[in-house]
Amino acid sequence: MNKTVPLNSFRQGPDARGRFGQFGGRFVAETLMPLILEVEKAYEAAKRDPQFDAEWRRLLTHYVGRPSPLWYADRLTEHLRKDAAPGKGAKVYFKRDELNHTGAHKINAVLGQILLAKRMGKTRIIAETGAGQHGVATATACALFDLPCTVFMGATDVERQQPNVFRMKLLGAQVMPVTSGAATLKDAMNEALRYWVANVEDTYYCIGTVAGPHPYPAMVRDFQSVIGTEARAQMQEAEGRLPDALVAAIGGGSNAMGLFYPFLDDPEVQMFGVEAAGRGLHTEEHAASLEKGRPGVLHGNRMYLLQDADGQVQEAHSISAGLDYPGVGPEHSWLHELGRVQYVGATDDEALAAFQLCSKLEGIIPALEPAHALAYVIRQAPAMARDQILLMNLCGRGDKDIFTVARHLGVEM
Amino acid sequence: MSRIAQRFADLKREGRGALVTYLQAYDPDPATSLALLRGLPGAGADVIEVGVPFTDPMADGPSIQKAAIRALKAGATLSRVLAMVRDFRKGNDTTPIVLMGYYNPILAYGIERFCTDASCSGVDGLIIVDVPPEEADEVEPHARAQGLDLIRLVAPTTDEARLPRVLAATSGFVYYVSIAGITGTRSASSASLEAAVPRIRRHTDLPVCIGFGIRTPQQAAEAARLADGAVVGTALVDTLAASLDEDGQARPETVRQVLDQVRGLAEAIRAG
Repeated sequence: MNKTVPLNSFRQGPDARGRFGQFGGRFVAETLMPLILEVEKAYEAAKRDPQFDAEWRRLLTHYVGRPSPLWYADRLTEHLRKDAAPGKGAKVYFKRDELNHTGAHKINAVLGQILLAKRMGKTRIIAETGAGQHGVATATACALFDLPCTVFMGATDVERQQPNVFRMKLLGAQVMPVTSGAATLKDAMNEALRYWVANVEDTYYCIGTVAGPHPYPAMVRDFQSVIGTEARAQMQEAEGRLPDALVAAIGGGSNAMGLFYPFLDDPEVQMFGVEAAGRGLHTEEHAASLEKGRPGVLHGNRMYLLQDADGQVQEAHSISAGLDYPGVGPEHSWLHELGRVQYVGATDDEALAAFQLCSKLEGIIPALEPAHALAYVIRQAPAMARDQILLMNLCGRGDKDIFTVARHLGVEM
Repeated sequence: MSRIAQRFADLKREGRGALVTYLQAYDPDPATSLALLRGLPGAGADVIEVGVPFTDPMADGPSIQKAAIRALKAGATLSRVLAMVRDFRKGNDTTPIVLMGYYNPILAYGIERFCTDASCSGVDGLIIVDVPPEEADEVEPHARAQGLDLIRLVAPTTDEARLPRVLAATSGFVYYVSIAGITGTRSASSASLEAAVPRIRRHTDLPVCIGFGIRTPQQAAEAARLADGAVVGTALVDTLAASLDEDGQARPETVRQVLDQVRGLAEAIRAG
């Protein structure tokens, strides 16, 4: 934290206006603007308060179960070497954030934000959710801190993520199905923002990803960076060096940003963000904002956005509710333009195949979100040398997805 | 003098506030929408806000969200909205037109080209809901160069420290959002309005119009009395929506019903 950042660092963003290059900012209605500035001020103060940090870390250790393990995926590595050219087939490691309490990385940033909300004297929490992982994490933290919690969730997602809907309700949260638009994550975020505008006095909006108006993209990244910071130390211990490549799935981009950020200034570490290519990038049905979108403004920030020629936002598609978002966080948009991170796609079918392969070979049922990252690992590892190391963020577990996967495989449950 | 300044100056001489109406362009179809636009001045609208449809209207309630869906389905684009304003201007050179919408369609159109085309089409002012003063540096120079007013929202949450900055970035008139909330959901109390308007006037000589939650002729008259104008949007959009057939198409009486409501609002404001 106290290390001086070199001048040519990739870790200098955002600037005082909340910009990463041309991306980010605070594009919100006047009603929200004073509150956004209040959140920023409160976060800046909290960041400098050792007690705030100590309390967050106590929760991460004793409630979440951090650090999450670094796992050498031996069987997967050997499996991928079988079809690789001689001397090829990188070692594959998983950063196992699916072992966190609540089953995904989302809880890392939620606990930080709930502590911030309490500091700000807010008495109600709202959140948006796609797959339900962020909703469950927020409902969990609200149960722990005895705060009323409302989660906005697209009606389509309520349908395909029933287990998480039930979990949120068990945890005492109110789940508000959103029927506008395609009734997925984008619409849930619209509705959460609308609710917030009408309840600014007592409500804190706990955003689940590295998007939204400044300071959210930077704040969520800071909290999620615990993933990359741990992974860096663990890899040094396991291999005595840094990995050659990092791979993470991208919806809004929080798990990827958390893994990548501490490595951004290590030029020897390549990075791959895997967007949901849905039914294929040649079709209209995907969620590949960076590969197929262009810069635009939605949900309070400028970012790469799936939109038509007239600037109307297009619906995203992915088998994974957590990746089904037409935008991507501003820092990813910036890293994409700088070329520091390569953004690639994995289709629904590739993710389904990876989901099954990981279950059989490693005894780990991954969420459909990291199954997209794994699909890219399956392509990339055989192209790398045997002595190279590939580290993937296994950011969520797949219990919530078994019904969706079963349906796609034609299995009645 | 701009059309907006001229209109408020004229009304001041008349000794009454303005009726500002809001309807979304292309709702429910281009022909009906143009007929409404042409009929509004005659029905008593002093300033006309034309909503630019957007897929994700974050500051709008369900009524205007649905209007946007209807309008987009009917083929609305920013360039077609400008064409509609040009058609309107063929028969009316005095009633101010303010485009109200969100930033992304403007970005897609190109900011500079948009300001030029809007001005040439007869647009007088812009309300870009998701561009606060902090983010206005891309738009401001082009809007100013084309003589377009940038009308800003002031909200109950806009505190004393912030108010001068917001008002300094405003021209044309100030749009006071009377409730912390989205359009068309609830109404402010008279007491809160009575306190809010003088608070704004301490920092600006611009006309102040009150919007969000004004539905009835009585509410409009009260707002126009307390401030310099009343904005009515959702109530008109609701009347329009209720007049549509089961397929969401306009009926022969759609235009008359909306304009009748405008007449009722205008009469109440004129009666003081």
